Amino acid sequence: MAANKIHAIYTDDDLLLQAVKQVRAEEYQISEVYTPFPVHGLDEAMGLAPTRLAITSFLYGLVGLAVAVWMMNYMMIVDWPQNIGGKPSFSFHQNMPAFIPIMFEMTVFFAGHLMVITFYMRSRLWPFKQAENPDLRTTDDHFLMEVDVENHDIDKLAEFLYNTGASEISLVKTEEAH
Amino acid sequence: MSSHYEAPIREPLVLGEKSYHDVSVEIGAPILGRANKSWWIVFTISLVAFLWGLGCIIYTVSTGIGVWGLNKTIGWAWDITNFVWWVGIGHAGTLISAVLLLFRQKWRMAVNRSAEAMTIFAVVQAGLFPIIHMGRPWLAYWVLPIPNQFGSLWVNFNSPLLWDVFAISTYLSISLVFWWTGLLPDFAMIRDRATKPFQKKIYSILSFGWTGRAKDWQRFEEVELVLAGLATPLVLSVHTIVSFDFATSVVPGWHSTIYPPYFVAGAVFSGFAMVQTLLIIMRKVLHLEDYITVLHIDYMNQIILVTGGIVSVAYITEYFMGWYTGMPYENYVYLSFGAATGPYWWAFWALIICNMVVPLTLWIRKYRRNIIWTFVVSIIINIGMWFERFDIIVIDLSKDRLTSSWTLFQPTFVDIGTFMGTIGFFFVLFLLYARTFPVISQATLKGILKSSGEGYKRLRAEHGDDVSHVQQLDQGDFGPAANISHKRFDNSFAYSRNPVATNPSVPSEQVRQGKIAQLLANIGVFDAKIETQDDLQRINGVGPVLEQKLHQIGIFTYTQISRMTDVDYELLKEIISEFPGSPQQDDWAGQALILKNEK
Repeated sequence: MAANKIHAIYTDDDLLLQAVKQVRAEEYQISEVYTPFPVHGLDEAMGLAPTRLAITSFLYGLVGLAVAVWMMNYMMIVDWPQNIGGKPSFSFHQNMPAFIPIMFEMTVFFAGHLMVITFYMRSRLWPFKQAENPDLRTTDDHFLMEVDVENHDIDKLAEFLYNTGASEISLVKTEEAH
Repeated sequence: MSSHYEAPIREPLVLGEKSYHDVSVEIGAPILGRANKSWWIVFTISLVAFLWGLGCIIYTVSTGIGVWGLNKTIGWAWDITNFVWWVGIGHAGTLISAVLLLFRQKWRMAVNRSAEAMTIFAVVQAGLFPIIHMGRPWLAYWVLPIPNQFGSLWVNFNSPLLWDVFAISTYLSISLVFWWTGLLPDFAMIRDRATKPFQKKIYSILSFGWTGRAKDWQRFEEVELVLAGLATPLVLSVHTIVSFDFATSVVPGWHSTIYPPYFVAGAVFSGFAMVQTLLIIMRKVLHLEDYITVLHIDYMNQIILVTGGIVSVAYITEYFMGWYTGMPYENYVYLSFGAATGPYWWAFWALIICNMVVPLTLWIRKYRRNIIWTFVVSIIINIGMWFERFDIIVIDLSKDRLTSSWTLFQPTFVDIGTFMGTIGFFFVLFLLYARTFPVISQATLKGILKSSGEGYKRLRAEHGDDVSHVQQLDQGDFGPAANISHKRFDNSFAYSRNPVATNPSVPSEQVRQGKIAQLLANIGVFDAKIETQDDLQRINGVGPVLEQKLHQIGIFTYTQISRMTDVDYELLKEIISEFPGSPQQDDWAGQALILKNEK
């Protein structure tokens, strides 16, 4: 089955948000929305699940903290204990206060970088990745809503989308899966 | 009440009646256009300074740090002064992007990009000094905890200097990804607006294939927020740790418990001063006065005022404590009667005047909003903050515990040259940035346009808060332009949006002739007897087909096109069906004017 889609272009964020709500109320399936800037409330209106990146960041931070503790304990206490300025390093808890700055830095380092890498991987962003926005104007001032045609009447759907305020509508025929 | 409501008492953050498209055009303009002469002049000067500094660094490394003015008493001087100065400057960017994001300050969006760029470039300069100071910079990797040939002799995790290594590299790398993540949508905008293939290719790589899906934006906003939450304690930790370099020592004047908060405040103080210096020039050169307004400058001056106040209180506290201990030795620390009247009196008073006295003028609103005065103050603060670090390091060291070893510091040309070189390097990086990067985070700025833009504010003032904020666009069709190849577009729907055009009672040819007459009345009629026709294809955006169509209308010369305004472009689009490209965007009139003058 060819998964045909309709691309409806809007020229305003308020109009788009309203249209998204109307389209969903009519139980049409919105497969994607491309916007030039974050439109507040769009994810809720589209029914997107909240992102869990903040949780991953917290977990990565814990990993960073654990690595820092393990690293400094191994290097300063276990592997090569030294007497630095009369402050011998033979037990972790007595040396711990001096380790706090690096524990903190490592926590932030892991939490920040691994979260960003996760974001890039999940959203498929990396150098030499080809952009996939169907219309070049969607990074400037146009808003594109991609609606699955499924087995709806195309003319009725198009008419309906015009009434929601779309300024341009095009039918996109996707080739058979190969 | 509209969701875009903002208290009318708040001044607009974006001046002029801007649409989303205007924002893209005006922020993309410096990148897509050509560099002007003044850019090249400043760039050349910076490059010469940088090369001179590079020469000094090579001389230092090949000969040894004996070429600096250091002596037995003063073992740290300009190098560490410059290091702390640059790190301090590198604090404003993250403060603007992180702390102000957490506080939901909308004005940050016009300045955060450049402030973050400045941060990264300043931290790069700062990082140079400890590496040069090592004497053998090729062994710089010894500061990392890696197994080595000495039976795995590890680095000392008790040392503040090692904390510095971790703090500054974490800060630099986190600032970099924060900056770059924010840049992705803006690079994507440039990518999609660029017409030259090479430019398009470059921005396509830089933008990591950003497409602006709703889910991506949701993640983007979450990532920005979490990074801000991480960067806020990080930025405070960095200068705290830098201050530990001094505070954990036993040198009087350095061994001070108020150093961490005082250093952080001082860093923000100097960082904002540098942001002011750069942005006041940049807004003028790149014509961004509508985005970086006097209001932004006022807000930044208020932060300078607060942090400057904290620094002043710290100075007074230090002075008081030095006196209150009653120890004669404390009379020689950098904030004391001894310092004010001793051989370094000039450095002491430079500090007091530049950092405590001059910024007080910013209490007056008129001065806070005076761009020239703000610029002068920002330069003075930069100088003052350099003296603060110089005073802390050199004055405190110059009179040590052994009277016989009291001495002064004399910088050599290498000290001065290296410092000038880093300033040159900093400006080289910043100038390249200003030419190639979107200097304002236009995507997030568009998000506040309806609440804080002047045009929309006026709309609400005139028509009430419930007025529709929907922007009316009437643009020519660009045709099926897409980043996906092999994709078929079927424009099978013939719904018309413009009932006038299809009104059968008016013959469309008659309307068309009327429009042509109107257009020619605006731009002038071509007279073949006295004029010769020009090669219109030299105008970027005009191809052979379009040239033919222009000839059919009666447009033959650059002179005619150079007279075109937005009204004429619209007429032209209505006359020529399926008009390709955008004359506004390509600035036909401007191009034609240049070509006309070249003749």
